[in-house]
Amino acid sequence: MPRVLLIEDDRAVREGVALALRRQGHDVAAAATGEDGMAHLTSFRPDVVVLDLMLPGMTGLDVCRGIRSVDQTLPIVMATARGDDVDIVVGLEAGADDYVVKPVQAGVLNARIRAVLRRAGGTAPDGGGLPRIDTHGDLAIDRAGLTVTVAGTPVALAPSELRLLLTLSASPGQVFSRQQLLEAVWEHSYHGDARLVDACVKRLRAKMGEPPRDPRYIQTVRGFGYRFAAK
Amino acid sequence: MRLVVAFGLVAALATMTTGALAFREARNGVLKQSQDTVIAQLRAQVGRLAPDVPYPPSRQALRQFAVDVARAEPAATWRVLVRYKGISETSAPGDPFDALTPAVREAVDASQATVFQRVRDGGRTSLLVGMSVVFAGPTGGVPVLSGVQVFLTVPQTGEQASVDALVTAVERAMVPALGAAVLLALFAARGVLRPVRALRRATRSIAEGHLDTRLDVNGSDELADLSHTFNETATALEQSVAELRAMEARARRFVADVSHELRTPLAAMSAVTDVLDEEAGHLDPDTATAVRLISEETVKLARLVEDLMEVSRFDAGAAVLHLDEIDLAESIRRTLASRGWSDEVETALPGPDELRGRVDPRRLDVVVANLVGNALRHGARPVRIRLSAGVPAEGVPASVPAAASVIVEVTDSGPGIPADVLPYVFERFYKSDSARTRTEGSGLGLAITEENVRMHGGTIRAANRPEGGAVFTVELPLRRDESESGGSS
Repeated sequence: MPRVLLIEDDRAVREGVALALRRQGHDVAAAATGEDGMAHLTSFRPDVVVLDLMLPGMTGLDVCRGIRSVDQTLPIVMATARGDDVDIVVGLEAGADDYVVKPVQAGVLNARIRAVLRRAGGTAPDGGGLPRIDTHGDLAIDRAGLTVTVAGTPVALAPSELRLLLTLSASPGQVFSRQQLLEAVWEHSYHGDARLVDACVKRLRAKMGEPPRDPRYIQTVRGFGYRFAAK
Repeated sequence: MRLVVAFGLVAALATMTTGALAFREARNGVLKQSQDTVIAQLRAQVGRLAPDVPYPPSRQALRQFAVDVARAEPAATWRVLVRYKGISETSAPGDPFDALTPAVREAVDASQATVFQRVRDGGRTSLLVGMSVVFAGPTGGVPVLSGVQVFLTVPQTGEQASVDALVTAVERAMVPALGAAVLLALFAARGVLRPVRALRRATRSIAEGHLDTRLDVNGSDELADLSHTFNETATALEQSVAELRAMEARARRFVADVSHELRTPLAAMSAVTDVLDEEAGHLDPDTATAVRLISEETVKLARLVEDLMEVSRFDAGAAVLHLDEIDLAESIRRTLASRGWSDEVETALPGPDELRGRVDPRRLDVVVANLVGNALRHGARPVRIRLSAGVPAEGVPASVPAAASVIVEVTDSGPGIPADVLPYVFERFYKSDSARTRTEGSGLGLAITEENVRMHGGTIRAANRPEGGAVFTVELPLRRDESESGGSS
């Protein structure tokens, strides 16, 4: 039973969402404030956090950064209002894996949570007969153990970052459009928000120590999308 | 510029007129004085000498008379001609006395008055005076002409010199005066023009929307009054515009706030609609109906609020395009597939990667879904969607898919849009029939569609096809990512 930590300040929303998620088969803990939510991290040990961005006091962004400072891999799904565009980007860059727009139907939220959990502990995308350990220069991707090292140092990746890297590196040299990556990594619709991809690539490059001007592994193909550099 | 020239001309004209008048008066003064002196002298001489002339005079006596009269002028510049009934004698022997003009002769013949004329002869001026000698009538009666006429010519060189000096003086005075006058005129013009130019600048600035423009008012002339009035008008205008804007902003904020406030309860309600739907089956019919109703309407309300928020963002100018270059045909296919319309709509789409463009994929999805959804709801099948390149850019090889724009056409085969509705189809909450009940849409679909198209810099038109059915035509400018893509597969 996946353990979901819900951080939401409005009582009705908190109760409604918690009720719906429990019925969808999740073990839910609900917190009304960011501080309370942070406290639940250690006591409840959630598999995924659903986080309202608009929190009084400690904001959703603070919570997001706070979680990432202690746990690089815990999946975070932000709940936001569409139109708070800046917040979405800032939230993604602060380390959120995905976001839903309020008001959200329980079915949609459940699908997102399951998708992010699949990314976290789930199967790697089809590696097409790639060796278990896939090395590119000093980057080593363990496609079975789902670990990544750069020059022998393990890199802790959030679920979307890992999935994105696995997807791109499975077909070196192939260009993926943002829309394709949204579907492959986030299981979003084709018309989803490409900023998810851009923010995730940015975080991934930073964690892999890529020089921002001239990335070695994940290259931008202007007008088309991204590709993993062929050897 | 015109004004400056006018001011300059007026000043120059005034100066020159003044100069000219002064010159004329002075010249006339000089000449008149010399004339009067000469005439008075002549008359005194004639008056003194005439009684000694025997009457009727002999030629000898006439000559002596002429010589005597001429002697009156010590400088001996006088030349005198005396005539009596055809006999002429001059003071200087053999003087042809060609200075005598017919006009003077006739005038002397005709009257007893002393006549004079200034004669110019090759740059030299001389004064010609003519008079008749009269006898004093008996007992102081009417004077009687004696028939003796005296003519005198005097060169007026002195006077000429005076006049020349006068001209020089006037000229000398005139040049600086003219300069000073023109300079003053320019200053005056600038004094007028500067405020006028400032006024023009300020008016233009107001027209450009800088309603806080004000003029510096100095002085208390009409221009200062005008500037002052301008400032008052601008202040009034600024106040009303500010009020209107504030009202509009308040109204906009209110809509946004209302939508925002509605969103939180709706978020709670939307979260549990699935629960209601699941449980409805286990409840008694009445309760089940009520529960289903709440669930359905919650979903609609959530959509309506979402659309309202979208509209309020458009109005507030807060809507943002997130551009990404995509395969447009693929995007349309995905829109249809995700709504389950793939089998209900006929498509005429170009092949993969034939038409790529930078659009906001989410907004394009909304546009296509709204138009197709509308056609399926209000029109009749078959519903078709067609994507094609607009006007191809010139000079582009056929191998490169490049066009100025793309055109998306959605057609249905229904009755079409009534002519009285056609102009209003893109209006918010417009209902073609006031009695019509709510449709399943929010009533904002086409308005949002139009805004989304406009955000891309495109246009949307609604029309009826001659063969029946409505057609919506979207034209989007085709933007491509300019930079070269590093080799792709």
